[in-house]
Amino acid sequence: MSVRLVLGMLIVAAGLSAVPAQAQGRGGNAPSSARASAPIDLTGYWVAVVNEDWRYRMVTPPKGEYRGVPLTKAALQVVNEWDPAKDEAAGEQCKSYGAAAVMRLPARLHITWQDDNTLRVDVDAGTQMRLFRFEPGAAAASQPSWQGDSTAQWERSGGRGGLPATGSLTVITKNMRAGYLRKNGVPYSADANLTEYFDISPSAGGQLLVVTSIVDDSRYLLQPFIVSSHFKKEADGSQWDPTPCSSRW
Amino acid sequence: MGSHTMFVQVVTFRRAAIAVLVLLVCVLSPARSFAQVDLVGSWAARNTEDISRDSYPVDYIGLPLNDEGRTRALTYNESQLAMIERQCEGWPQFYFVQGPFGLRIWSDDDPVKGTAISFTIGAWEDRAPMTIWMDGRPAPSKYAEHTRGGFTTGTWEGNTLVARTTHMKAGFLRKNGPPSSDQATMTSRFYRHGDVLTVLTVVEDPIYLAEPHIISKSFQLSATPLSPIGPPCVSTYEGRPAGESVPHFLPEKNPFVDELTKMFGLPRDVVLGRPETLYPEYRRTIKDKYVTPPPCTRNCGAPPAR
Repeated sequence: MSVRLVLGMLIVAAGLSAVPAQAQGRGGNAPSSARASAPIDLTGYWVAVVNEDWRYRMVTPPKGEYRGVPLTKAALQVVNEWDPAKDEAAGEQCKSYGAAAVMRLPARLHITWQDDNTLRVDVDAGTQMRLFRFEPGAAAASQPSWQGDSTAQWERSGGRGGLPATGSLTVITKNMRAGYLRKNGVPYSADANLTEYFDISPSAGGQLLVVTSIVDDSRYLLQPFIVSSHFKKEADGSQWDPTPCSSRW
Repeated sequence: MGSHTMFVQVVTFRRAAIAVLVLLVCVLSPARSFAQVDLVGSWAARNTEDISRDSYPVDYIGLPLNDEGRTRALTYNESQLAMIERQCEGWPQFYFVQGPFGLRIWSDDDPVKGTAISFTIGAWEDRAPMTIWMDGRPAPSKYAEHTRGGFTTGTWEGNTLVARTTHMKAGFLRKNGPPSSDQATMTSRFYRHGDVLTVLTVVEDPIYLAEPHIISKSFQLSATPLSPIGPPCVSTYEGRPAGESVPHFLPEKNPFVDELTKMFGLPRDVVLGRPETLYPEYRRTIKDKYVTPPPCTRNCGAPPAR
């Protein structure tokens, strides 16, 4: 009798300890959709807080300045040849609004679920739209675009001791058109890949979103270009201000 | 059943029950007891983000200073660094994310449980080491001594280490004078993703800030160990005798106030750290006024490697 009791307790304990493992999504009964299984809620309106790189984000920096970006010699040539009029003539005003740069813009984000397995990120600066697809292989193999093709995956953690599970979002973006990391023509090439991590944090009176972006580009970057940009959550879209792409401002 | 057999069964049952209880305690205990990810190691700064902004005497770009903070900042004269009692004000704990240096993180572990009693971020270039206490010890009294390093406790929220720092001495938000008071607090979140560590730091100061100051910076795991450089700032005589007046600028007399405006065409409100300048809508107010400076001819960026 007592041995059965002990065995029962062990089974209960083992079951409890298995909860986080299942919640980590590495086996067990995974929820059916990315939306249903989201460990964090990214939806809503977010505004960029430009504490960092103000001179490179809020205004167009001088031609030829690329401080902080580990450029190759090939990239320097692009920097020195930057001509916004030429981009306008070619209809490429959105070169500094591509996926590798768009989260660094002074902008607001509106994040919604397009469907159960696709997270949609609208950006008011340049009126850009990104789609994060959670289903493997769902990223459309299309022509290269400013926002490229993004695949997304939740990373889960926590869930122990009765505490809620939490986590983050990882997004890999490929198939981008060549663009600019900064408005003044600091380039990334069509070979670039972008890895992003989305984390949220409570803060006084609201929430913060921090997006860590890693651009790998063997053509124009000597090493990965890593920046982290932060956003505050807003109550509504009253400040939402879609604007067209601009090569100069 | 003999009495010996019953005795053995009772002992076995007790041992098993104790084991189960220990297991249950481990499973149900607060998350802070468990290191969810390993933060220990050397994290190199890549400095691809412009955070420090302390190269010019008046450069408060990106700071949400209130009027008192701005006024106080503009009185700062860098000759104060020659005063023994003021030499170390420029290296508060905020400097661990604002400065250009990497992080060396190690832990002191409980020898029985294996859990971290504390994490330490090593000192670097005058900044004091930061010890993040993970053992749930209470915060000191609000009357306790304030130090350069302050007092920091940590908890785990899932895979995120959350560290809260209090009891810091009054000093500077940046080395060029924007002030922080002894009531300032700092909350830092450490997010590890593979070999990238992103630190999100929020500084709150009811005296000098109009809103929390947010810093996010990423580091990359380094196979080359970073050696903390210490000791933290030690004052020494630098030619200014004790008892002399404090070098300062009177209101409206700071000669450097328009330096960045002349160099980069930036509005004075931006240079002086007004909080409204941190948000996208501020661009509307300067769109028709801002003139892009002429092409960069020096200090434009590091030359590429050969």
